[in-house]
Amino acid sequence: MSDLRTELKKNIIEQLNLEELELADIDNDVPLFGDGLGLDSIDVLELIVMLEKDYGIKLTDPEKGKEIFASIDKMAEYIEANRTK
Amino acid sequence: MKKIYLLDDALISPLGFSTEENLAAVRNERSGLKFHKNNRFTSGGFYAGIIENDLLAEAFLKIGEPKKFTKLEQMMLLAISRILEKNPGLNLSETALIISTTKGNIDLLTKSSFPESRVYLSELGNVIKDFFGFQLQPIVISNACISGGLALAVAKRFISAGKFDQAIVVGGDLVSEFVLSGFHSFQAMSAEPCRPFSKNRKGISLGEAAAAVLVSSQKPEDPNSISIIGEASANDANHISGPSRTGEGLYKSIQNALREAQVSAKEIDYLSAHGTATAYNDEMEAVAFNRTGLENVSMNSFKGYYGHTLGASALLESILTKHSLLNNELYASLNFDKIGVSKPLNIIKNFEEKELKFALKTASGFGGCNLALVLKKEENE
Amino acid sequence: MSNAIYKVTDFVRIKDHRIFHGKGQVFKTEKSLGLDQFLKEAYKKLEIAYPKFHKMDALCKLGILASEVLFKDHIISPDTALVFSNSASSVETDKKHQQAMGGMVSPAVFVYTLPNIVLGEISIKHKLQSENVFFVENQFNPELLCDYAEVLLEAEKTPAVVCGWIDLKNAEYDVFLCLISRKGEIPLSKENLKQLYLFENE
Repeated sequence: MSDLRTELKKNIIEQLNLEELELADIDNDVPLFGDGLGLDSIDVLELIVMLEKDYGIKLTDPEKGKEIFASIDKMAEYIEANRTK
Repeated sequence: MKKIYLLDDALISPLGFSTEENLAAVRNERSGLKFHKNNRFTSGGFYAGIIENDLLAEAFLKIGEPKKFTKLEQMMLLAISRILEKNPGLNLSETALIISTTKGNIDLLTKSSFPESRVYLSELGNVIKDFFGFQLQPIVISNACISGGLALAVAKRFISAGKFDQAIVVGGDLVSEFVLSGFHSFQAMSAEPCRPFSKNRKGISLGEAAAAVLVSSQKPEDPNSISIIGEASANDANHISGPSRTGEGLYKSIQNALREAQVSAKEIDYLSAHGTATAYNDEMEAVAFNRTGLENVSMNSFKGYYGHTLGASALLESILTKHSLLNNELYASLNFDKIGVSKPLNIIKNFEEKELKFALKTASGFGGCNLALVLKKEENE
Repeated sequence: MSNAIYKVTDFVRIKDHRIFHGKGQVFKTEKSLGLDQFLKEAYKKLEIAYPKFHKMDALCKLGILASEVLFKDHIISPDTALVFSNSASSVETDKKHQQAMGGMVSPAVFVYTLPNIVLGEISIKHKLQSENVFFVENQFNPELLCDYAEVLLEAEKTPAVVCGWIDLKNAEYDVFLCLISRKGEIPLSKENLKQLYLFENE
């Protein structure tokens, strides 16, 4: 498991207040929205803030958010390709 | 339940410091939305309806010392003073004071020559009460963006129960960095003036205003008057910031309000919607209006003229609805391009004169709240 | 105004790190525990099993805990009105948002900068599609709550009401919620609401 993926899981649990989850509970390819972790529209916005704050990526279209945040793998790929921090 | 009559009113906004000035602006499709510089926005700024502090202070000087009152207080006090000028005989020991605001003097959290306690909404209530000498303890309502309309409903409910016979209902909110930054983080701010119900709508524009109206259980002498004959509110129970996709709460509110008014959807001549111009709000309203059979009713949103004035909005817009009915005028839904919701709606594209008798005012807000008011023009009855 | 038809069917009090259901204490921690810790412990002990709880601000957490206890023994109609009040609005969360304003603010914090959000959270959890109102008062005002609850009930806008006080300022909280309906022994009146609010376990 790459460092970025672990870092993302840690950040997500903390940022989104997923108190009852452990790192091991989040698989890299599990859907974060809908039936997977059950994240919602405010969580998407929080992740967009996290993208900018921690990785310097400015996302201006929240609709793109759901694709990018589809899973830990998808997030990591997007960040690796676009990060400025 | 008893109905209440909407007597004298006042609007304090970028479009003027009286109802007459505001109506003249709206008739002529003049908008209060202007570009304001702000580094938080990638476009360099945002569009909003902001009252010029100097103009406000100058107007306020006629009734009090501007330095002693916050901007919001000046706005609300000015609105009430307009009403009291027209009603010098009003007995303030028997007139209730009902105040609607979402964030009150929230700008005081940033800079303040005022004490910290001034931020508290009950303090705002005391300031207004003491300025004029109201005797009854103010009722302060803070229920997100339906507050202004909910304050009218609360007035009607208490008047109906005989708790008091008349009330001054006042609502107000500011365009503050507090709220701007929040809506910005929600990606809810449009880069251009908002376009309610439009295909190209991209979010809200904010606005600040104060609105006030004297309400009473007594029918006025004027043969033409406006009453509220039905009202209801209901929560979506869906999400705290996203409206219900099926418009559950708004649907319920409209049905219950119409039932109380004993008026059917077919009899509604005009619908004043909330229409904030976010993707989800306008779509939700379109769904709810279609479910209640209102898709052919002439409708508009006032947000293109004022922006979203939060705790003032439902009250300000109810007052405009009142004058719409009185004057038999339908005001254009400003900045509308073409229909951008999945259900049909009858948007007012140009100013029109038309016989009107019944109107419906709706509002929705964060926390899943919704509200509907049925207004009636009482004619020689 | 006092109406013998309507009763205080049940009530809940949360103060000084103790939760009372009616006059019986159902939960307590040491007063030395911080507010966040108290809320977490109460959540666990009451077996609430609702992960969204952890995303809420303290005011909403207090509302969820109180309503959980209050609703436990009753079938709650989805039309049960919520009539809440406090003195501080959402000031704790307002300050949190204010502090972040120098940089990027958090949407998850901003959404809680309105006192009526607690009504929304309770409505979502318990599927209530009902009348809501949030009043801001100097102090607990039993007359306002009693009068408004009665108006709603008399006008048949609602079959039952949850009314009360839920205040949070400088990490100090004060919660008192009542379920008002036609069932129960205690008549709804401002005097009775005041007595129940002032009740402190010895």
